[in-house]
Amino acid sequence: MAIEKFSKDHEWIRVEGDIATIGITVHAQDQLGDVVFVEVPEVGRKVSAEEAVAVVESVKAASDVYSPLTGEVIEANADVASTPGLVNEDAEGKAWFFKVRLSNPAELDALMDRAAYDEFAKNG
Amino acid sequence: MAMNTQGRPTAPGTVSSSEITTFTGNRGLDHEEPLIFEIGDTGRTGVDLPSAPKAKSRLGGLERKAEIGLPGLTEPETMRHYVRLSRKNYAIDSGLYPLGSCTMKHNPRLNEKMARLPGIGDIHPLQPQSTVQGAIQLMETLAHYLMELTGMPAVSLSPKAGAHGELCGMLAIKAAHEAKGSKRDVVLVPDSAHGTNPATAAFMGYRVKPIPAMADGTVSAEAVRAALGPDVAAIMLTNPNTCGLFEREIVEIAKAVHEAGAYFYCDGANFNAIVGKVRPGDLGIDAMHINLHKTFSTPHGGGGPGAGPVVLSAALAPYAPLPFIRKDGDKLLLVEDEGAAGDAKPFGRLTAFHGQMGMYVRALTYMLSHGADGMRQASEDAVLSANYIRASLKDLMSQPFGGPTGDRPCMHEVLFDDSWLKDTGVTTLDFAKAMIDEGYHPMTMYFPLVVHGAMLIEPTESESKQSLDQFIGTLRFLANEAKHGNDKSRFTEAPMLAPRRRLDETKAAREPRLRWRPPAAKAAAE
Ligand SMILES: Cc1ncc(COP(=O)(O)O)c(C=O)c1O
Repeated sequence: MAIEKFSKDHEWIRVEGDIATIGITVHAQDQLGDVVFVEVPEVGRKVSAEEAVAVVESVKAASDVYSPLTGEVIEANADVASTPGLVNEDAEGKAWFFKVRLSNPAELDALMDRAAYDEFAKNG
Repeated sequence: MAMNTQGRPTAPGTVSSSEITTFTGNRGLDHEEPLIFEIGDTGRTGVDLPSAPKAKSRLGGLERKAEIGLPGLTEPETMRHYVRLSRKNYAIDSGLYPLGSCTMKHNPRLNEKMARLPGIGDIHPLQPQSTVQGAIQLMETLAHYLMELTGMPAVSLSPKAGAHGELCGMLAIKAAHEAKGSKRDVVLVPDSAHGTNPATAAFMGYRVKPIPAMADGTVSAEAVRAALGPDVAAIMLTNPNTCGLFEREIVEIAKAVHEAGAYFYCDGANFNAIVGKVRPGDLGIDAMHINLHKTFSTPHGGGGPGAGPVVLSAALAPYAPLPFIRKDGDKLLLVEDEGAAGDAKPFGRLTAFHGQMGMYVRALTYMLSHGADGMRQASEDAVLSANYIRASLKDLMSQPFGGPTGDRPCMHEVLFDDSWLKDTGVTTLDFAKAMIDEGYHPMTMYFPLVVHGAMLIEPTESESKQSLDQFIGTLRFLANEAKHGNDKSRFTEAPMLAPRRRLDETKAAREPRLRWRPPAAKAAAE
């Protein structure tokens, strides 16, 4: 059973074993508008929690995507980089950005569950 | 990801494309102008030149073998093409231009007359300095007044835009840190900053740390103090800020920044609000750019090159870039290379020559024709105009920082948000597009980013009361229609009367077509 978490920076995280899949939330893509550019990190890159590792751009704004967790990037989604519109179609599914092998799973405790995130997004 | 809290639609969505069609595609005498490549053809020419005499090529086989493919047009065709294009342009010379944060003020014709004087217009940047002492004197005079108005001991004239000025000021800050052997790598930037501030810092390799504003839209010294540390090189703060508010804690902020060993970069894009009222140097800043194309009435964008001189504090002055002016007896010397810089330690140079001479002339003309009292009054009138608009619209449109009654004064620009449009089915974008149909260039929208659906209006001092009243009347009409009207198509379908309807910005960004290709090459590529 995958664990689902959310960050205050509007990333979603799905954890299976020690692998976390990370993308941006439906709420975030809605606020961004039509996404026109996505840059994903290189495989093998060591990332620390809250480090900017990917980029998402809509017509009106460019935003960094942070890794909410520390670890190593083991896979990046080439599809979302070549078809940025995927983020608008399926933000929390096909449009995942990258996968990280966690080196400090305890960091997960600081993240929100869906109910807490929905509440956070409503007020943000 | 860093969240952008505004939902500007960038694709046309439901806007229908029903339009009156004509046989030619022209709309009355407003022509549907094709690209110049589509008008001319390569077989024609507008000038009758004698054929080139046979000459031996010295290009070593590098000469062009095929036709260059430029379109040939007659002189009247060429004239018409560019005149028609120019008529599609909207400019301060054609109407009110309320773009917030841009200070679209009138460009006085006297400025143009002075810039075209033969003694100024016909000189060349490579002329020997002894033959252009007058021009150097003019730069020296402009520099003097810029220092006088800002209360700063040094100025670097050469940067060619506000953003370029930011780079200049920040390079001086970096040089000052390096001279002390300090390796600070963080720059503090408030949430409401113009995008060029974090872009400048990031471009130089700094990490950008955002500072949240207080509920009233300004930055507190406390928030700055909390963010300061031994890794912070500088803060970049705009004053008055992009919400049109004066940063009241600026003196305390400057003190905290200096105590932490950092420097204070002030974005002076909004200087037009305070000329003659307060000297930024007295507030404790170390560097500030001045957009001559805003505050000092030189043309903007396509109307002419920008100019962004940077004033510097005593701590940063030694690092000012080349070239700079030095007095040598009764002569003025433009110091062009490091060898001649003496005690100064210029960080390098930013421009090939000395900057935008034509803009220096225009800005100085503005200063001298207005005088100290006139410049002060221009600032006062700019602030008065913005507050007149604020007070005239506050019952209909919501202000994020207007205070409980909407009566909190603003500086040179007034900021509205879109909460007053809630549940109307009309967005900030729709409202802005409807303004185009009414003959007004929209205000700045969706900036600053800290406000939802922002509408930032900066009328400047150039508008008469009558012009402001017409503008206010139009906005009141539109605001009432948005709130109470039955038919919202005036907004959702807008613009209906512009040369183009709502543009598909999404498609433009996803599939940019940046150059014209001859039909054959295009067919082959597809
Ligand atoms: C607050 C602010 N800072 C900086 C700039 C950058 O100035 P420029 O456009 O001359 O590069 C602008 C211009 O729009 C601005 O409004």
